[in-house]
Amino acid sequence: MTVAVRVRRALGTHWYAWTMVAPVVLVIGVIIGYPLVRGVFLSLTDANEANVERNIGFNHLPATYQFTGLDNYKAVLTDGVFWDRLGWTVTWTVACVSITFLTGLALANMLNRSLRGRTFYRLALILPWAIPAFISVFTWRMLYNEKNGILNKLLAGGGIDAVPWLNDPTWAKLSVIAVNVWLGVPFMLVALLGGLQSIPGELYEAAEMDGASAWQRFRHITVPGLRAVSSTVILLSTIWTFNMFPVIFLLTRGGPGDATEILVTYAYRLSFVDSPRNFSESAAWGVLILVLLSAVAVVYRRALRKQGEVW
Amino acid sequence: MTRTPPARTGTPRKRAERSRLASAGLHLTLAVAAVIAVFPPLWLLVTSFKPRNDAFSTSLVTHFTLANYTHVVADTEFLTWFKNSVLIVGVTTALGVFLAATTGYAVSRFRFPGMRPLMWLLLITQMFPVAVLIVPLYNLLAGLGLLNQPAGLVITYLTIAVPFCAWMMKGFFDTIPVEIDEAGRVDGLNPFGTFWRLVLPLARPGLAVTGFYTFVTAWAEVAYASAFMTGEENLTLAGGLQTFVNQYTNDWGSMTAAAVIIAVPAALVFAFAQRHLVAGLTAGTTKG
Repeated sequence: MTVAVRVRRALGTHWYAWTMVAPVVLVIGVIIGYPLVRGVFLSLTDANEANVERNIGFNHLPATYQFTGLDNYKAVLTDGVFWDRLGWTVTWTVACVSITFLTGLALANMLNRSLRGRTFYRLALILPWAIPAFISVFTWRMLYNEKNGILNKLLAGGGIDAVPWLNDPTWAKLSVIAVNVWLGVPFMLVALLGGLQSIPGELYEAAEMDGASAWQRFRHITVPGLRAVSSTVILLSTIWTFNMFPVIFLLTRGGPGDATEILVTYAYRLSFVDSPRNFSESAAWGVLILVLLSAVAVVYRRALRKQGEVW
Repeated sequence: MTRTPPARTGTPRKRAERSRLASAGLHLTLAVAAVIAVFPPLWLLVTSFKPRNDAFSTSLVTHFTLANYTHVVADTEFLTWFKNSVLIVGVTTALGVFLAATTGYAVSRFRFPGMRPLMWLLLITQMFPVAVLIVPLYNLLAGLGLLNQPAGLVITYLTIAVPFCAWMMKGFFDTIPVEIDEAGRVDGLNPFGTFWRLVLPLARPGLAVTGFYTFVTAWAEVAYASAFMTGEENLTLAGGLQTFVNQYTNDWGSMTAAAVIIAVPAALVFAFAQRHLVAGLTAGTTKG
């Protein structure tokens, strides 16, 4: 069978499937594929604001940046800034995901029993999810305001000195984590509640008959029953938190200094805030972020496979 | 809650029973959590009704006023931003739902060459950091003349929302029996007809969730919107809100009023979609 015939036959059988996915493949290809390739390319050059192709008035200036191989990566990886930022990004991700998950799990377990006012609690607790994140972040900035914010006024009422929520490096770190946890708990809560409700009640009844204690029931029925949902939400939440641009950017702009700057916001700063705008270094940061995340996803998936999860 | 004390001490307590103390502790914990969850949005709402100079007073509203709202609507570009956002988000949602549905259906029903790579592509796209794409994308849009154009943001948002939504739609289509497709084919419909007339109407909850997700993603996106849209009249709400409170101005009164107007549509859409939301989120990602 010649190639042409095989292609024609494949087209005949699969043309409708291919037609249906074509728009998405095309859009992703152009808008993500091209910038990705271009980003990897830029990361191998010394492109910055002063040497890329640009128009000044009517003068068109051609690009004059040069291919520099792995110089950017060498520079980034030997510079302490990258490792500092990476350390904080990992701390931030681990802290946010674990606190969010445990809080969500605790609240879901509390809500998953007959309880007066259950609907009210449920609605109240998912409210932070219903409001666009950037609105909530602005609201928190207002609450955190050092001189006039309500948090400090309440503290003052109790005779406690004003806390520099966003102006002291350590406090700022705690503050951004608190806001991200506040934003993330509803998602965890609802996902885990769904998981809890899908565990058959008979299992608990059988365990009770056998005299299992509350802790044993949690350990041997609830935890395994939640494994599938948990692994999904933890992976998603890790990826989202690692790349959580809006919370940091809108709350502190990475400050004070660069105390709360995570990898994505720092890369953004390199190409859009700093002057001169350093496109190539920013691209190198971006590629490194992508490599890190892919590694996390692959390792995580392996771990799940070992436990017999099919995913 | 009826409380039946354990018959013998030493028997483990049953699930449906708890002591009065435990009950109080449960309610107390939930109440504290609920207050923490509700307080910031509530305070935002309260502050928006205060006169501008009282924005930071700790008291509840003493001089109720709508001045912040009238100021925001009448004296700033807020309505333009709102219009920009509605246009961009509306088009993104309509296109996004359609594209996610066709892709999800193809992946759910047909076994075709390129399917596995496509699934991987959809998953991996979600991990792409804004930072690696934003500069080349900025250059690409500049080259196409799409900077400061709604179309530029629409295309960008589609690439954020569609991969995840297609993944979710696949989960929904997987729950619709294949027999329905077969019946359609027996009655002489081609694959598109089957999809459009039979399967799509059954997947309406899925479409609602996908639409919601796309809407919220686009409505609340900050990074691309701030980088690609410049000039007061081109901003979207996310960009516009930043102009009230930044290093130069501190107009918290207008900020709160604008924030409330932005949050209300999103909260309403959320209220409609939230029941289906998590089913969709988890169905799509675990069954892959």
